Amino acid sequence: MKGILIFFLSTMTLYTQYPDGNALLEKIDRNMISRNKIIKSKMIIHGRRASRTIESKSWIEGAEKSFTEYLSPAREKGTKMLKLGDELWTYTPSADRSIRISGHMLRQSVMGSDLSYEDMMEDPKMQNLYDAVIIDEDTLLNRTCWILELRAKVRDVAYHSRKVWVDKTRYTILKEKRYAKSGKLLKTTDILEIMQVDDRWVAKRIVFKDALKQGKGTEFILESIQFDAIIPDYFFSKAALRK
Amino acid sequence: MIFFIIKGLIRDRHRSLFPLITVTMGVTLTVVAHCWVNGVIGDFIDYNARYTTGHAKVVTRAYAENLDQSPNDLALLEADQWLDTLRYRYPDLDWVARIQFGGLLDAPDSMGETRAQGTVFGFAVDLLSTQSREIERMGIQDGLIRGRLPQNPNEILISDQFADRLEVSPGDTVTLLSATMYDAMTMQNFLIAGTVTFGIKLLDRGALIADLTGIRKALDMKNAAGDLLGIAKDHYYQEQQIDHIRSDFNERFTDTQDEFSPVMLTLAEQNDLASMLEYIQSMVTIMIFVFIFAMCIVLWNAGLIGGLRRYGEIGVRLAIGEDKGHLYRAILLESLSIGILGSLVGTIIGLGIAWYLQTYGINIGDMMENATMMMPNVFRASITPPAYSIGIIPGLFATVLGTSLSGIGIYRRQTASLFKELEA
Repeated sequence: MKGILIFFLSTMTLYTQYPDGNALLEKIDRNMISRNKIIKSKMIIHGRRASRTIESKSWIEGAEKSFTEYLSPAREKGTKMLKLGDELWTYTPSADRSIRISGHMLRQSVMGSDLSYEDMMEDPKMQNLYDAVIIDEDTLLNRTCWILELRAKVRDVAYHSRKVWVDKTRYTILKEKRYAKSGKLLKTTDILEIMQVDDRWVAKRIVFKDALKQGKGTEFILESIQFDAIIPDYFFSKAALRK
Repeated sequence: MIFFIIKGLIRDRHRSLFPLITVTMGVTLTVVAHCWVNGVIGDFIDYNARYTTGHAKVVTRAYAENLDQSPNDLALLEADQWLDTLRYRYPDLDWVARIQFGGLLDAPDSMGETRAQGTVFGFAVDLLSTQSREIERMGIQDGLIRGRLPQNPNEILISDQFADRLEVSPGDTVTLLSATMYDAMTMQNFLIAGTVTFGIKLLDRGALIADLTGIRKALDMKNAAGDLLGIAKDHYYQEQQIDHIRSDFNERFTDTQDEFSPVMLTLAEQNDLASMLEYIQSMVTIMIFVFIFAMCIVLWNAGLIGGLRRYGEIGVRLAIGEDKGHLYRAILLESLSIGILGSLVGTIIGLGIAWYLQTYGINIGDMMENATMMMPNVFRASITPPAYSIGIIPGLFATVLGTSLSGIGIYRRQTASLFKELEA
């Protein structure tokens, strides 16, 4: 009886040593989300047969607006995507049409990568979607991390639960696993390199992997990022897709 | 003796009419069932071969594992070179490249915004080459409802029902949203050259036919094809021949260590067709046996009743010294005559009905609203050489068996009690 009581009390102590998961989630969001940013990036898609590299430039304002233009290869050049709230539009020069992507189309992959349009549409502020609890600690990229367990608190989410490894001091996500309601692993994210830009730490190299697909996943490389840049309003309009 | 027996049958219709009608009906049903099932199976195989399976199909090994999904990311590369090889090695079959794909067809309004959208199932076939027989093979010209055939790679045909639903007409531009071979979303504009009816509910709901060149460009499938179909030049599926070609090809070219190496499949190996065809054949065999069995029972019963009615006649014949065996054989000969006549009449009537069903068919399109199989809307019978003779088997067998069972009673008649019966 005494032994059980001691065990119980020591477990309780352990848990009380972990900080509040939701508070940590807030810090993560604050690090990731800025007023606006301009990103130039490269996506290396490792397909079952061959790898392809897609270059793009994105203009992002808060969590609601983003405009992406694909720069290469030649076939993808000029393709644009516009996110406005919960609407996603795509434009292809070959068809010269802007079409809204909705419904089951959102589950399609972006340019054949392991990322889906649904992933792009997700509210980047995780505190809006999930409740978080710290369940353990770990070390990744020589950084000590908290392991958070996130459970969806709203109904309409792509991933019912997540496991997130977060740098204890920089509040950057170093690894993530996304699960369906059944507990099946759907996607994994591994951060291979981090860099500091201004007072933020951002992921420079990330590997996304769709756990349901064969292949080596998609490598995302951040070439440059600029926070709090001046982005004209017209970028976030459907007219900008055709320009 | 046979003429004497036939005379007797003609004069005494009571003992011949009922068995004759029974045999005729049974033979008619057998002939019609045989022709009907042959026609349905034949059409089923034919439609599947023309549209999806070919009589043989070459795909990559990885594609074969997910055949029902038509995964174009696992398509066969260097398709044109493979076609040359197949045409050289296996000239008995017509080899063609095809791409099956799915997507959305988006119809814009005057501002270029989406006005209507619908899910579409597409075939990319060689429509434009002068030597191509795809138009004839898929019955496209015959199925053309409005407009014309495509004349360049940016033109398509869509099913007429689908065009009505999207409120588009020949001359309108629509946008195809689909996935490339690399799984990226693609958008490509096409001009609707015409609308067609396929005669297959599944396709009439929402299908599109486009030229291979145009779809290869849209889906980023340069010199690639989802499958290479081989179709017998006479359009008849000869299982042995195709099996031989399949074995030869796979031995030469399939590398079990390479998931993208080609593999050949026969028609029977695709879409569970082999098991379905076996099932249908088994059902037909069972049906015919049931007919024969039922006819035997009925004719046996008829024979027994006839025996009762002819009790006196048989008694007299035995009393005047006719041998029991001779009498039994005479009755069997009677039934054989009825069987032959009934088979003849039944076959003629059966062939007549089969001809009608072959010419006009039965339209089951309304029952196929939610069909997911490649089946024609109109099922037709098919009169084949065996149809002329297949009725004889149940016609003769049932009659003779029934009579032989009922005629056994002759051997139980006691000569000693014959005169007593006569007195009575």
